[in-house]
Amino acid sequence: MLAADGTPLKKSLARALRLQKMRALALIAPLLIFVLVSFIIPIVSMLFRSVENSIVADTLPLTVVELQAWDSDSGELTGEPVFAAFVADMVVAIEAKQHTRLGTRLNYEQTGMSSLFRKSGRKIKRMDPATDAPFKDKLIEVDKKWGDVETWRVIKTHSVRITNGYFLNAVDMQRTPEGAQAQPEDKQILIRLFGRTLIMSLIITGSCILLGYPVAWILANLPMRTANVLMILVLLPFWTSLLVRTSAWKVMLQQQGVINEVLVWLGMVADDARLVMINNQLGTIIAMTHILLPFMILPMYSVMQTIQPTYLRAAKSMGATNWTAFWRVYFPLSVPGIGAGSILVFILAIGYDITPEIVGGTKGVFISNRIAYHISSSLNWGLAAALGTILLAVVLILYWAYDKIVGIDNVKLG
Amino acid sequence: MAALTPISRKPLSLVLPTVAASGGLLGLFVGTANNSGLLGIVIGAALVAALAAFYIQVLKNEQLAKWISILGFLVLGFVFGGIPGAIIGALAGWFYHWFTYWLYEGRYRQRLLPYLTPGQVLWHYSFRVICGAIFVFLITPILVVMPLSFNSQDFFTFTPEMLRFEAEGYSLKHYRDFFTNNEWQRSFKNSLIIAPIATVISVSLGTLAAIGLSQSHVPGRRAIMAIMISPMIVPLIISATGMFFFYSDIGNWLEGTLGLPKTFVGYVKVILAHAVLGIPFVIITVTATLVGFDRSLTRAAANMGADPVTTFFRVQMPLILPGVISGGLFAFITSFDEVVVVLFVGSASQKTLPWQMFTGLREQISPTILAVATILVVISIALLTTVELLRRRSERLRGMSPG
Repeated sequence: MLAADGTPLKKSLARALRLQKMRALALIAPLLIFVLVSFIIPIVSMLFRSVENSIVADTLPLTVVELQAWDSDSGELTGEPVFAAFVADMVVAIEAKQHTRLGTRLNYEQTGMSSLFRKSGRKIKRMDPATDAPFKDKLIEVDKKWGDVETWRVIKTHSVRITNGYFLNAVDMQRTPEGAQAQPEDKQILIRLFGRTLIMSLIITGSCILLGYPVAWILANLPMRTANVLMILVLLPFWTSLLVRTSAWKVMLQQQGVINEVLVWLGMVADDARLVMINNQLGTIIAMTHILLPFMILPMYSVMQTIQPTYLRAAKSMGATNWTAFWRVYFPLSVPGIGAGSILVFILAIGYDITPEIVGGTKGVFISNRIAYHISSSLNWGLAAALGTILLAVVLILYWAYDKIVGIDNVKLG
Repeated sequence: MAALTPISRKPLSLVLPTVAASGGLLGLFVGTANNSGLLGIVIGAALVAALAAFYIQVLKNEQLAKWISILGFLVLGFVFGGIPGAIIGALAGWFYHWFTYWLYEGRYRQRLLPYLTPGQVLWHYSFRVICGAIFVFLITPILVVMPLSFNSQDFFTFTPEMLRFEAEGYSLKHYRDFFTNNEWQRSFKNSLIIAPIATVISVSLGTLAAIGLSQSHVPGRRAIMAIMISPMIVPLIISATGMFFFYSDIGNWLEGTLGLPKTFVGYVKVILAHAVLGIPFVIITVTATLVGFDRSLTRAAANMGADPVTTFFRVQMPLILPGVISGGLFAFITSFDEVVVVLFVGSASQKTLPWQMFTGLREQISPTILAVATILVVISIALLTTVELLRRRSERLRGMSPG
């Protein structure tokens, strides 16, 4: 069969289809490139940061090579070649002002390294690698830590370019010459923080279900006009700035806050025994439940809207009690809504940062606050990247589950 | 709804104990405030029950009973708690009058199915009370902020003057501070620079891509969709961490190699980061609008000689405009609200309004935050109304019944 211009129909159809595909892709391409460059690449660069560790090998290239030959388990101090190489490396590094950065990097692994590098730097600056040999005793004279086997073991352990050290740190372990080992007891905080983040997110999700289910039910079963009016009460918090809601909760919950003042005025609480509801886990849970509740109600509502009220009446007409009719008929039909809302709320909750920071005090903070701390205060960016990677993995798994249960395309807004 | 069930008067043995119980509840609050909870319960219950019996047995005039209740409780409230007490009293008086007659006349049955048992009726109303409490939980924090922002003192709580409704308890000084303080004005201006530009970028790119995605033959549609939605799924803190590393390198390159001024580079970084965060919202809303779009319209336009660009602007765009605008509003509010990314990516000269609020909340707690919060709530009410109107218009245009 031929088309009007004489080419076979199949061929000209294929050409038209190809043209259409090209046009669609041309429309999508700018955004796709934009998202890839300004979002996906940053995320990938974070994943890379969590294992990247070139600083030791770049700053001390000769020393790292010499250290290869040294057996760190022997308990003997490294020989003169290593010291000579180290001084040569350091002179270059001090010239480029890189030695303090290296000290900061190694300080994450062993405290005292930062000041050791800073202090020794000033003295090594005056040495000449060509004429002042041997260096072993001179360095130990500069700081006796250079005579400590442990110092050299730390340098050797962290001289690899791709390290699992940050990930081990993120799960309260450390990289040692003997392999991965647990951190000392007093430094183990991150696993507990992960656990707390998960448990509190679960509590928040649970209380969102408890509070959201009746509201979604009543919205789905009231006449349309009333339901639309009540919907405003759900959508207004949804649209209000996160910081407005967080500051509102600060106003409500603090010791001189609205709730305490009302309770004291009513005489329910003594003036000197005001409830402590902020700067602890309770504050985080209350505020975040309020902030995330609309995300639970909206998916539940859209599922419940599709459940026919006649099912319940049919069940009752066949002799079911109220409870049986609800539990055996209505509830199973509404489970997809609960699932969708729960995963949404849970994903949002474990990544929250601002609200716990303001109302959580020290006991109510999440792993996200730790990431923010490492980015802006302690500057241990590798560890921040490793924590972020772990969190991202958790979220992606949950998201995959969300896709299985509801599907990406069913995300609805407002 | 019309009456479903014929109603009849209920015996006093039902009305009086119920009304007394509710009176006892209020009595408990008044009692504890005056150091004796138990006495309060007893007096409250007795008072309300006696009133109910008096109305039903003696007075038999609903309108008169209403005014007696309201005025009586108003005076009582004033004696116990001044002006705020009087207001609560008047409301309580109206409520007890209404509650008494609602029970006595059997009006509570009026709108329910006739075959419900008393237990089911009780559950029906308790359920509504529970839902009402949850709605109160949802809306109270937002409502509480508003009157507090007119506080004339630097407190985060209601002062006695405010509760007595005295004029000197209220002032606009926090608003004045917001409009005259340099810090706040600069951050407000920054927000007004960053959010609209980021919105324009995400709306223009997002709309094009959504139209592309809605064509029938797109290879790898699911993967593309997943990539474009990802900024919404990845927790902000992770996006912020990734962007922090990446944009500081990009920024150094722009400043060092191209020699661009530092402030300009800072704005570019924040705007690009915010534009990415807004894209999923545009994609989702525009795709949703395009689902109901009638493809034969574009074909008809092409048939009559319009080129694709004309077709887009004259036929397609007017029809999907509501979706585009509401996507744009979502993108705008995302950028306008965003703190974490701007904290990580921006520098002090890009301080936005949420950033300023965040420092305000964490470090120097100034009540100006409440004035800002009130302004933002008003803005979000305006946005919510716009989105809702647009949604209805869109559904009308596409021939669906408004839902």
